[in-house]
Amino acid sequence: MPVTLTINGTSRDIDLPPEVPLLWALRDGLGMTGTKFGCGVAACGACTVLIGGQAVRSCQVPLSDVSGAVTTIEGLGQPDNLAPLQEAWIKHQVAQCGYCQSGQIMQAAALLAETPEPTDQDIDAAMQGNLCRCGTYPRIRAAIHDAALMMKAG
Amino acid sequence: MANWKKITRRSFLVFGAAVAGGAAFGAYKVAEVPENPLTPSADAIPLNPWVIINGDGITVIAPRAEMGQGISTTLAALVAEELDVDWQQVRVLHGPPAQAYYNAGFVDRMSNEPDFFLSQQPKSHNAILAAVPKIFSLQITGGSTGAIGGFVQMRLAGAGAREALKAAAAKRLGVAPETLKTEGGKVIGEKTFTYAELAAEAVDMVPADVELRDPSTWRFVGKAMPRLDMVAKSTGTETFGIDIWLPGMKFATVRMNPKRGGAMLGFDPGPALDMPGVDQVIGLGNGIAVIASNTWTAMQAAALVTVDWGPADYPADTAKIMAQIETAFRTEPDSRLRDDGDVEADLAKGEVIEAEYRIPFLAHASMEPWNATAWLKDDGSVEVWAGNQAPIMTRDAVAAALRIDADRVTLHTPVMGGGFGGRTDPVPAVLAARVAAALPGTPVKVTWSREEDMTQDYYRPAAIARITGRLEGGKPTALWGRTAAPSAARNAMARLIGFAPPGPDRGTVEGGFDQPYGLPHYRYDGHIADLSVPLGFWRSVGNSMNAFFLESFIDEMAHAAGADPLAFRLELMKDTHAPSAALLETVRDMSGWDSLKRPGFGRGVAFCYSFGTPVAQVLEVQDTEAGIKLTRAWIACDPGLAMDPSIIEAQMTGAMVYGLSAAVQGAINFADQQVVEQNYWDYDPLRMHTTPSFQVKILQNNGTFGHIGGVGEPGTPPAAPALANALYDLTGTRARELPLNKTFTFAV
Repeated sequence: MPVTLTINGTSRDIDLPPEVPLLWALRDGLGMTGTKFGCGVAACGACTVLIGGQAVRSCQVPLSDVSGAVTTIEGLGQPDNLAPLQEAWIKHQVAQCGYCQSGQIMQAAALLAETPEPTDQDIDAAMQGNLCRCGTYPRIRAAIHDAALMMKAG
Repeated sequence: MANWKKITRRSFLVFGAAVAGGAAFGAYKVAEVPENPLTPSADAIPLNPWVIINGDGITVIAPRAEMGQGISTTLAALVAEELDVDWQQVRVLHGPPAQAYYNAGFVDRMSNEPDFFLSQQPKSHNAILAAVPKIFSLQITGGSTGAIGGFVQMRLAGAGAREALKAAAAKRLGVAPETLKTEGGKVIGEKTFTYAELAAEAVDMVPADVELRDPSTWRFVGKAMPRLDMVAKSTGTETFGIDIWLPGMKFATVRMNPKRGGAMLGFDPGPALDMPGVDQVIGLGNGIAVIASNTWTAMQAAALVTVDWGPADYPADTAKIMAQIETAFRTEPDSRLRDDGDVEADLAKGEVIEAEYRIPFLAHASMEPWNATAWLKDDGSVEVWAGNQAPIMTRDAVAAALRIDADRVTLHTPVMGGGFGGRTDPVPAVLAARVAAALPGTPVKVTWSREEDMTQDYYRPAAIARITGRLEGGKPTALWGRTAAPSAARNAMARLIGFAPPGPDRGTVEGGFDQPYGLPHYRYDGHIADLSVPLGFWRSVGNSMNAFFLESFIDEMAHAAGADPLAFRLELMKDTHAPSAALLETVRDMSGWDSLKRPGFGRGVAFCYSFGTPVAQVLEVQDTEAGIKLTRAWIACDPGLAMDPSIIEAQMTGAMVYGLSAAVQGAINFADQQVVEQNYWDYDPLRMHTTPSFQVKILQNNGTFGHIGGVGEPGTPPAAPALANALYDLTGTRARELPLNKTFTFAV
């Protein structure tokens, strides 16, 4: 019995057992590789997606537990139709290796949805679960502040 | 300095031996023009191994691999500088394994002379040394050499292509090429032609000689260019190795002997084969692989396999391993690459300062775990996708593992989710090929779990240093440093190319022997420990070890002398290497060094000259109720010619974060011959809220014009000592062992 989920506004059938985590259903089942595998134990944040608007670690959510609409980095914006966060990421030249950045951006999206004008302390609190081994944290912080301004300006 | 002659002679002998031991070669091969490995198609006409003309722009083939360091953007900018295209018209790809893409920059890493000394010399490399990278087909990304190696090569590629396109247009118009100009991907004369229109005719018109443009005309080089990979990396559309996705593919994982180097005595798949979705459990000699319908199922099943692991041949635990490293002090030094003055006579004069320092093994822990995809085709050839720093070596290793000719292996090098030196070994590609060979005709992606990535890494060596120094009237007169460690280079080279290069092992002492401190008596020895723990190249290699030792000790000497530690360093450096001294003055002024000293705060300074680039760092720490916080950092660096200030700023900042992460809490320990640390929860890097803020200044005084220092690694070595020195300033406790959370409580 395939599992049916709404991903980025589209209904998708996934032919994998219900205990398989959402991360692997996206990557191996659907070939949606924007969401990354980093640690498998919710210690790095690379697999962060939104479920019903909440940021979750998709490596920890079995398909059977996905309770709402899923938004991945591919659903946030595309190269020819960028979300403000992605524009800010490009403006501040945030990425180095780039591997963690899908998760960082999705976590930041959840933060800005909840807190449209975050302080540095808000950013620290929201982003501390997302690792970056390249050390891009200062530019991530600057990009989040800038995205908040862009979104406020509309 | 007294000993340059001796040192020079020694380095020459080293490479004489390495060349003779490695391969037979003739002078003809050096002079050969590299064969162009690219084949033309309708919309992609290669004019040389580095430049393809497309219908809507150009594709630069980068000879170095992108791991996040931004090298693909910088190499493309060098081509665009000469080729006259708009930045929007430029794409960049990694090249196939090919001799054309050898790394000329490696010459700068093949000497046993201090970098700061070399940077002051005219560029007259020994002809044999200069040929080494080409002879050995060193298509390697490492040693912070990418921009150095590409600086002339990539501009020549762009200029050659431009002149060929002009020649083609000139022929059409019946005019001399000098009458034409180029702009925005077009040749402009009486009539205007796009490069694409001319490319097919230009293929045979590439001139033998071209002149490079005057740097005063540069539009791209030296500017902060938008990185060519930034949009893809901000939208989840970049294809890392782990993202290779092919129709009908299977997913696998491996579980290798945690007692490194030990054999597998037997295994029982047990319940693994009963799991829905599991296809096969395969024995690999020293481990097992599970092939399944998805990676998660493969990883779950791999854990269910019962394996009888044979032992490794190193001591059982960290304490016994450190004891074995310590015995190396009783052996003759492997190297004495610095021996100024008469250290022993000076130290005999009286009261000396002594200290012993200890540092642990470290893992790379890149965000993208090891992985590779392989597909054994019906005709016996194999196609492999694997992020790697050495394509020719990786291809040949795959061929050897499958017992097929190298030309039956097609290797793709996707961008890497971090490397930091941890993707030099061909292990992922080789194991993926062996797994795929069990399922002919089906592509198989093999992904290492984080735990496998952590426990099967090739580690930065653990090391012990003993340093003795003497002060006279508050001035340092002598320093004798001794580092005992297993050699990362010998360990890795024996594994990778079958022999360990003879001669002094620079990696054991770099960052210690080669610093521009003008002490009258300065000696630095390396003692090689005999230890078979698998080792590799970790961002900045030996500099990450010796900078901690030397810069901690210099700080101890400064405090013993009652001197300001920054002024103390400046005094030692100002007559030896002015550009380095200028960096200390720069971080002093940027940080407001004097004003940093106040209750509740500590300040630390450290310096290291590595990979052609001196770097000075100041770090501020604060005592808070939650523990010690790293608050602010200031970095000044001097790479000589700064190719891209935005990328350099990012590399300097990131490299310091990488070094600080290891200094605060990085350690790989052993128990029962197995690595203890498993995942980010017990090998935890700095995070958003524990990372200090940064200010970076880039100076360009170092070397003669055209000196290009590396930027990927030099920011790492000063990080640990800057923090240790700041913690001493804050608490009065001198930590001589890493990681520092053994001694201090940090806010987490």
